[in-house]
Amino acid sequence: MTTTTTEHSRPYTHGDLPRLMGLMTGDEKHGPAATSTLDVLWVLYNRVLRVGPERMDDPERDRFLLSKGHGPMAYYAVLAAKGFVPVEWLPDFGSYDSPLGHHPDRVLVPGAEIGSGSLGHGLPIAVGTALGLRAQGRTAPRVWVLVGDAELDEGSNHEAIAFAGPAGLDRLHTVVVDNSSAGHARPGGIAARFEAAGWSAVTVDGRDHAALYAAFTAPHPGRPRAVVARVEPKSA
Amino acid sequence: MDTMRDRFAPVVSRLLEEDPRVAVVLAEIGRDGFADAQLRHPDRVINVGIREQLLVGAGAGLALTGMRPVVHTFASFLVERPFEQVKLDLGHQDVGAVLVSAAASFDWPAGGFTHMAPGDVALLDTLDGWTVHVPGHPDEAETLLRHAVAAGDDRVYVRLSVQSNAEALPVDGARFRTVREGRSGVVVAVGPMLDAVLAATDGLDVTVLYATTVRPFDADALRAATRAAGTDVVLVEPYLAGTSTTAANDALADVPHRVLGLGVGRAELRRYGTVADHLTAHGLDTRTLRERIGGFAGGGDGGRVAVRG
Repeated sequence: MTTTTTEHSRPYTHGDLPRLMGLMTGDEKHGPAATSTLDVLWVLYNRVLRVGPERMDDPERDRFLLSKGHGPMAYYAVLAAKGFVPVEWLPDFGSYDSPLGHHPDRVLVPGAEIGSGSLGHGLPIAVGTALGLRAQGRTAPRVWVLVGDAELDEGSNHEAIAFAGPAGLDRLHTVVVDNSSAGHARPGGIAARFEAAGWSAVTVDGRDHAALYAAFTAPHPGRPRAVVARVEPKSA
Repeated sequence: MDTMRDRFAPVVSRLLEEDPRVAVVLAEIGRDGFADAQLRHPDRVINVGIREQLLVGAGAGLALTGMRPVVHTFASFLVERPFEQVKLDLGHQDVGAVLVSAAASFDWPAGGFTHMAPGDVALLDTLDGWTVHVPGHPDEAETLLRHAVAAGDDRVYVRLSVQSNAEALPVDGARFRTVREGRSGVVVAVGPMLDAVLAATDGLDVTVLYATTVRPFDADALRAATRAAGTDVVLVEPYLAGTSTTAANDALADVPHRVLGLGVGRAELRRYGTVADHLTAHGLDTRTLRERIGGFAGGGDGGRVAVRG
């Protein structure tokens, strides 16, 4: 479906992402806000998620749900680098005829498992996805959802967090990209919130690929997993 | 007589046996009816606790994996409280679900306004692609629940109520049914309003259509009825008055017509009491319906004088 891999003589790497983002933003330099999710997304798509353009309809694929749909350039760049989205779609980002909006739409974006934009929807949907896979006896697929630290203000997340722990949804994973953008947050409070609900939780440097990979792949038997990925404060 | 709600858990428990895609999602309300089913299908009878945003969101997630979620609680907590989840998690994600509500407009009058949802169908009317079933009898509820679950990946709302007609009629999950034929107006009775409408129009020269599936609105049936009965149309709905007025107007857009929309009023009564008390307070008792319908159509004394709407 895409000419990306044939035109591009080598696989895209992490180093290509600023240029791919630049096709959308018009500048290869990006501030911390635009790239807050970039390393998390790259490590997931490059090393963790069992997904690919050839298996978008495979019921045994992993599911990645981008709940924090604001600022999706990093997401689209990673989807393009991995062959889900043609690179030539990127420059038209946000135009009337483009499938790539300023919030992703699963109906339009190949590889997007959900549409997002309004905050606090991804985690409850991820809970239902994990329940649906469990009900069908599909124990292999893992479900991932990416939320922002300020997004956790939305109460719907706490309905999902409080349910998933006691329900033992051990295929469910939440990665919280924490760029200190919540207005009323307490440092250290995010992981504690998940732990109090029975999740396995860890806080790591959201720019450290090795640390992210280790956090993403650590065992957490019987419990859902939360990884808090700390990056530069949005206001810095 | 048992209620529509009494039929809900037994019917859906049978569907759980018949169709491995079916999953039930609850928020505490209604869980006792599914106790046996939950033992048999612990992964497909899911109670998320008192969490209605999660209720609808989890239903959407189930649908994304190919399941057919049946999502249930009181109408006020199923449609109104998590309305954005209904709009986005189901509609925008382009997945289906069966939402089954209880308590309707004022099934528990002593519970007060917090447990009343006369605006549920009107709210769903702001969204695209919803089928809305309003059964008028427990037998019809059973049939329409089966239609709803079998409807592929459609988004379907089934509105259960303690209000009921004495006898069930055959329902097909799509079309209005002609119950009486006349020449001076068409009265569309929705779900449990049928008995009151039949009593109120006794002796009036009107056609009575019975609607148990109100969305999509059966425009063809209304148009066909107006050919013999004329284009004075009265809608009698068990939820917010005028909810289907636009649909009736659209059905008759190319002919001169009049539409009177009767139903539950907007004003909060701040009264308790009984269902009958509330029907009377909203002008949906037989005597008041006869005055209002007869004053608008039916060739009676009221003639062409429009009464208060």
